[in-house]
Amino acid sequence: MVYLEHSGGQLERVSLEILGKAHQLAQKLTTNVTAVILGCNLGKLGEEAIQFGADQVLLANSSGLEKYTTEAFTAALGEIVRERKPEILLLGATHDGRDLAGRLAVRLNTGLTAHAVQVEIEPETNLLLCDVPGFGGSIVARCKCPHSRPQMATIRPGIFQIPQRDPQRQGSIENVAVSLGEVTTKVVERSVKETVDIAKAEIIVIAGRGAESYLDAIRKVSSSVGGVIGVTRPLADKGLVPRDQQVGSTGYAVAPKVALVLGASGAAHFVSGIRDARSVISVNKDPEAPIKSYADYYVVDGIERLLPALLSSLERMQGRER
Amino acid sequence: MKIVPRTDEVRFDAATKTLDRSGAENEINEPDKNALEMALQLKQKHGGDVVLLSMGPPFFEPHLRLGIAMGADNVILLSDRAFAGADTYPTSYTLAIAIRKIGNFDLVLCGEESSDASTGQVPPGIAEWLGIPQVTYVSQIEVTENVARAKRTIKGGYEIVEAPLPLLVSVELGCNSPRFPDFKRKRWAEKEFKLTVWTASDLEAEPGKIGSKGSHTIVDELIQLPIPSRRMEQISGSPEEEATQIIQKIKEALST
Repeated sequence: MVYLEHSGGQLERVSLEILGKAHQLAQKLTTNVTAVILGCNLGKLGEEAIQFGADQVLLANSSGLEKYTTEAFTAALGEIVRERKPEILLLGATHDGRDLAGRLAVRLNTGLTAHAVQVEIEPETNLLLCDVPGFGGSIVARCKCPHSRPQMATIRPGIFQIPQRDPQRQGSIENVAVSLGEVTTKVVERSVKETVDIAKAEIIVIAGRGAESYLDAIRKVSSSVGGVIGVTRPLADKGLVPRDQQVGSTGYAVAPKVALVLGASGAAHFVSGIRDARSVISVNKDPEAPIKSYADYYVVDGIERLLPALLSSLERMQGRER
Repeated sequence: MKIVPRTDEVRFDAATKTLDRSGAENEINEPDKNALEMALQLKQKHGGDVVLLSMGPPFFEPHLRLGIAMGADNVILLSDRAFAGADTYPTSYTLAIAIRKIGNFDLVLCGEESSDASTGQVPPGIAEWLGIPQVTYVSQIEVTENVARAKRTIKGGYEIVEAPLPLLVSVELGCNSPRFPDFKRKRWAEKEFKLTVWTASDLEAEPGKIGSKGSHTIVDELIQLPIPSRRMEQISGSPEEEATQIIQKIKEALST
């Protein structure tokens, strides 16, 4: 069973990623993928889930599920799981997914592994094996839940491929009634901007603490090379750039063709986030900064000296191309 | 509050596939400091007591005293061999029954996650055991009468959630600047402050629900991810020359 998040009438990327993975796991177990979607006015989300890999979709449509609240969503998903008794329950390791999963696991008296980066089926036992990074991302623990059901796991966004959409794919859609119980919390305001999906970017320009005063210039560099901006944790902590663009073990792992890292020293929790970058170029004025060990090419120079040169070179090149 | 080893100082023993934490310095888990700061600010505004609750071995004590030096009123350390080997299920159970024993609380504030296992599952688990509402990933909070208004980080932005007390809140890493301990208070906290330790029998914990016995998950194996090998080639020259080479390298990387 997979729990699918959605917004603006579309399934979230991480939900599609989980559907693709769940389809592979179900084939190994010769079973079906059941997708659960909770909300209000669910439109064509059931059909979308089938096209991306679900065999059966359970839709719980209720005005009490219009906005995410822990209480209503735990009640609804808990009731569905108790009735259907899935072997496995996968959710996205998003803010809401983790909020929900942590509470639901206790209610269902079962085991939960957090933000798995790999899941597979153990051949001898048919148990779910989850690889979970810890200690700043350098060590991975392979976890399993041998005796309790469902085996629950949240899946880190941006790790698995989104499957090809197949408009011909067939499946069943069922509307289910759920009771939400007493909901004491209320979402009174919500402000959400379009997010930059750094996990899937081909070029990412990452600003560290040494570059925080030059974000405007760095944005120009980034847009003229067709990249997106990422930051290390201190810059996200200060609110200079949204959390969704934070690279590292407490943010996102990125896998671009090239990462240009400006003014980051190379702390362990950060460099685990650029492990899968194909090429890393770093600029730091400190010749001793550990970042150079994690870079294919490194420049020892001040950001304030290099940025103007980089910008004028890029402008010249664009001028020529025009 | 959890005490964690500094993540970059934990060594992995490839032969035994175990972690060697002995060389690592320990510290207060960072978001837990943000949670304590939030608690202390609420106390300054509304009064009340700030009680630090932690679960772990006796070596946690000196670190927890630092929390007292920052301004907390009391510390309770849950320490018992029977608590060892707990995953998030027994951990949240044990903390929840301790909170019930403390009694008469308005807010339970936790860091959003720990830097070692970083699951973030314990705060919602505690709320479920206690049967109280929760708001996670909170960066700001206001309390009026018996209602809290919390600013919660979500994908692409935030939402404001209103929730009645008693309430559990998980506090976002880096949302405030934890205060430095007062020097005089620090000396008192280190030398004179009496810390409370509760064992499993003090809590009247159900033996099957704590420690490794109460855990649903097991760790099969630990694997150290290899450090990717990088070229480590220096680019040098005037800023203009460096810029030209950087652009060249970006183009090369994109064309492969």
